[in-house]
Amino acid sequence: MLPLPSFALYAPTTLDDALALLRDHGPDTTLIAGGTDLLPNMKHGLLAPRHLVSLAQIPALRGVWVEGDVLRLGAMTNLETVAAHEVVLTRAAALAEAALSVGGPHHRRMGTLGGNLCLDTRCRYFNQTYFWREALGFCLKKDGTKCHVVEGGQRCVAAASNDTAAALLALEATIELVGPDGARSLPIRDFYTADGIANTTRAPQEIVVAVRVPLRPARASVYEKLRRRAAIDFPMISLAARLDAEEGRVNALEIAVSALAARPRMIRAASQAQGKSLAEVPRAAIAEAAFKECAPLPNIEGDPAWRKKLVRVLADRALRRLGLGPA
Amino acid sequence: MKLQVNGVMHEVEASPTARLLDVLRGPLGLTGTKEGCGEGECGSCTILLDGLPVNACLVLAGQAEGAEILTVEGLAAGQLAPLQQCFVDDGGAQCGICTPGMLIAAEALLRRNKAPDDAEIREAIAGNICRCTGYQRIVDAIKHAAVVRAGGAS
Ligand SMILES: Cc1cc2nc3c(=O)[nH]c(=O)nc-3n(C[C@H](O)[C@H](O)[C@H](O)COP(=O)(O)OP(=O)(O)OC[C@H]3O[C@@H](n4cnc5c(N)ncnc54)[C@H](O)[C@@H]3O)c2cc1C
Ligand code: SF4
Ligand code: FES
Ligand code: FES
Repeated sequence: MLPLPSFALYAPTTLDDALALLRDHGPDTTLIAGGTDLLPNMKHGLLAPRHLVSLAQIPALRGVWVEGDVLRLGAMTNLETVAAHEVVLTRAAALAEAALSVGGPHHRRMGTLGGNLCLDTRCRYFNQTYFWREALGFCLKKDGTKCHVVEGGQRCVAAASNDTAAALLALEATIELVGPDGARSLPIRDFYTADGIANTTRAPQEIVVAVRVPLRPARASVYEKLRRRAAIDFPMISLAARLDAEEGRVNALEIAVSALAARPRMIRAASQAQGKSLAEVPRAAIAEAAFKECAPLPNIEGDPAWRKKLVRVLADRALRRLGLGPA
Repeated sequence: MKLQVNGVMHEVEASPTARLLDVLRGPLGLTGTKEGCGEGECGSCTILLDGLPVNACLVLAGQAEGAEILTVEGLAAGQLAPLQQCFVDDGGAQCGICTPGMLIAAEALLRRNKAPDDAEIREAIAGNICRCTGYQRIVDAIKHAAVVRAGGAS
């Protein structure tokens, strides 16, 4: 059995109260949403906050709203709800598919969209018990001074492993945050960084409030995931693609790939589709270029060379599902 | 703290920061819910929180206050529920460690879907690992239970 360290739990009912708790208790305070990432990490001794502020009792954080041509999803909306929502399914399918692929049904019931976006990066040398990590020697991300993935590496390259990140990147989502200095919004492209120790630009005292997804006519999107079992497992490669088409021609194609290192990546070669008729899109060439642009590391399960090859396979599959390239 | 478990409101001497699993098995004495991995991988600690399955090893007791909790003990009323009897009859349980979690995941499914097909059953128990049965007999038992619950032959 893995005991939890001791801590105090607060359940504020407004965002203002939550912000006040974060301010008053200082750096030893962490937010808890569904807890499905945080609690296992605490059991493994990866963090031991003295104060946990639960967001579960704040009604403003829960819900899915359509506001004109924007779909707005509250951070505390659970993944089960996201995956089953009519508008998500029809207008932002990549997000529905990504949410449905997180863990198993039990995780999607407790696990929230905000928690998924803020999921800690993962590494096979990090997501282990204290005993295990101590035996090998601690690493840069926690308690140690070296990286076991990149020899001599001075920067943690643990993998962004959240399924919804790639989908929301492809869909050009915007993240709404609130912090001590008020509210701000930023494109999800600017949310993730290449630092595996803390891979988002969220300040410690900021709360993710909601995610906004633009709804466009003639837009289609898909999500593809490489995992060993069809449930429970985190992605070994995560890939989302979005197509905007008009009169049978490509207005825009975006492909996002994650579970490589700390920062999800946008595939440059997707721009080759621009202006082409759907059938003319060089699907194989784009998939090949995606393969070349991505360099999975031995940070998570799965041989990196194999995961790299699967980028090509998943990219091809995604574009095929979008009706691009020769039949 | 106060917890509503299997239809009864309990006043328990426990910290809201304890794992719900430990409060159920400890002060409440409901040891039917099992701990396998303790980290959300195996589903042997599955309970229903307001009718939906969650891993009790990943829920703080404080997160369950005000919710309706169902554990495996809440399934049987005097005698085994049809779902449990089908697990017995159809070989859905071998060593038994996964069984309470499987039963609860199945109960959640049968409450919202009276006649699930194989794919729906497999999806519903996708968070529950069994190392003995190979799953087919569990799927068969759940299908059988659906028929019995609908008033069909046992
Ligand atoms: C066995 C198992 C399998 C899993 N498989 C997958 C998988 O396949 N794919 C996947 O993506 N995930 C997976 N997960 C991880 C997790 O269940 C999900 O990512 C889930 O969405 C996390 O949400 P949560 O609400 O439980 O987050 P929490 O654990 O509550 O929080 C996660 C982190 O985000 C922070 N946080 C939460 N909400 C906010 C907010 N609103 N603002 C600011 N910070 C916030 C917390 O402080 C914490 O650091 C798995 C977990 C387990 C145990
Ligand atoms: S990438 Fe290196 S530093 Fe980061 S968690 Fe893994 S071993 Fe540790
Ligand atoms: S003990 Fe809770 S999921 Fe394994
Ligand atoms: S019966 Fe033994 S693990 Fe399922």
